[in-house]
Amino acid sequence: MSGHDHEPDHDHDHDHDHEEGSPLSDVALRVRALESLLTEKGLVDPKALDLLIDTYETKVGPRNGARVVARAWTDPAFKRRLLEDGTAVVSEMGFAGRQTDRLVVLENTPAVHHLVVCTLCSCYPWAVLGLPPVWYKSAPYRSRAVLDPRGVLREFGQALGDDVELRVWDSTAEVRYMVLPERPAGTEGWTEERLASIVTRDSMIGVRKVGPP
Amino acid sequence: MNGIHDLGGMHGFGPVVPEPAEPVFHHEWERRVFALTVATGFLGRWNLDMSRSAREQMPAAEYLATGYYEHWLFGLERLLDEKGLLPRAELEARTLDPRSPGGTPPRPDARALLASNVPEALRDRRGARGATDLAPRFKARDRVRVRDLNPVGHTRLPRYCRGRRGIVHQDQGVWIFPDTNAAEEGPKPQHVYSVRFAATELWGPAAPQRDFVHVDLWDDYLEPA
Repeated sequence: MSGHDHEPDHDHDHDHDHEEGSPLSDVALRVRALESLLTEKGLVDPKALDLLIDTYETKVGPRNGARVVARAWTDPAFKRRLLEDGTAVVSEMGFAGRQTDRLVVLENTPAVHHLVVCTLCSCYPWAVLGLPPVWYKSAPYRSRAVLDPRGVLREFGQALGDDVELRVWDSTAEVRYMVLPERPAGTEGWTEERLASIVTRDSMIGVRKVGPP
Repeated sequence: MNGIHDLGGMHGFGPVVPEPAEPVFHHEWERRVFALTVATGFLGRWNLDMSRSAREQMPAAEYLATGYYEHWLFGLERLLDEKGLLPRAELEARTLDPRSPGGTPPRPDARALLASNVPEALRDRRGARGATDLAPRFKARDRVRVRDLNPVGHTRLPRYCRGRRGIVHQDQGVWIFPDTNAAEEGPKPQHVYSVRFAATELWGPAAPQRDFVHVDLWDDYLEPA
C-alpha cells in the first residue's frame, strides 16, 4: 500500500477552474498555494527549493553507497575502517550530511544476513543512498520486515537458508544503517569503478544480493 | 502515541511491491513538498522530533490512504499553523483562489534558507547528538527489559518490543530524547543502545531461531533484566 497509486490528476480535472488549462490535482493545487504564501512571507527562497530538489534527485543517491561498497570489496584496510567507523569513512569520501549523524555499516556474509527497516517512519541513510524508494516507506515493508523478514526477502526473490542468521535493524533513533553486500563470484580482478556499477540500492538495504555478472 | 505509524509487526498490508526503475519523485508537487519541508526546517522554529510528531497526528484512516509526501505535507501545514507562520485559513483560501491575498504580514525576523546557503546547510549534521558527557547505565552484553510505556505524545519506542527482554549489543552514544524534545520540554540527552532481541522473544516460539531484531532504544525506555 504505497498511496502513490492514488492519482487524482485524472479524476478531478473538471472540478477546478484552471487559468492556464493545466489540470492540477487537489494536492498539487494545495502545494502550489503553500509555496506561494511561504515565498511571499519570506519564509522560503524558491531557488533554494530548486537546489534542494536537484541535489537529491540528481546528485545524492545510491551511486554514493555503491562507491563505498566497491572500495570495501577491493581494499581490506578500508573495509576494516568502514566497519569500525562508517561515519568517519563516508565523511572522508565527501558523503557526510543530513540523515547521517552516525552511520553503521553491516557486513553480509554467507553466514549472516542484515536487513534494514524503519518501522516508525522512513529513516534511511540519505548521504549514501539518497531518498528512499516508495516500498521502503510503505506499510507492507514497515510492518513485516520485523515480523516476517524471510517472507519479505522471498518477495524480493531472495530465499535465505535456514542455517543463515538474519539480523533486522530497525532505525528507531538517529543511527543510520547501510549493508555491505557480499561480493559476487566472477568479479575477480575487476576495477573499483566496474564493481561499483553492479552494486544496487536494494543490496545496500539488504533485500537483495548483488547478482553474479 | 500508539498511532498507525507504528507499523512494526502488523499483518494485513499485503506483499511488498517494488517499482522497477522507480523515479526519485513521482509528481512535481512531491518535489516541492520535500524541498519546502527541508527548507523550513532551517527556520529553527521546530525540531526534527516535532516534525515527526506532527506527521503522526494524521488520522489513521487518512495516513493509510495517502502517500509519504502527503504525510509530510500534513505535518508541515500543522507546524506552520501552530507556530503562527501560516494560518490554516490563509492556505485554504489561497488553495481555492490563487489570487487570494496572504492575510498575515511577512515575518521580518524569519531567515529563509537561501540558495547560496544550501550546500553548507546540507553538509551540517542534524545535531541530534547530546553534548553532555554522561556515564552509560548499560554496557554491551547487559540484559535489559523494555519498559511497558504508552505515552500519549511522541515516542520512538515501537510497540512490538515493549515489555520484551533483549541484550545490549552496543552503546550508540548520547542523543537527544525524542519524547521530551517533540513536546518542547527539553533535550534530556541520554545514551541510546542497540538492543538485540531474539525473534522468538518478540513473536513467540514459532519464529525462526536464527532471526534477531536490533532496535535503537533510549535509556529511559529500558530497565535492567
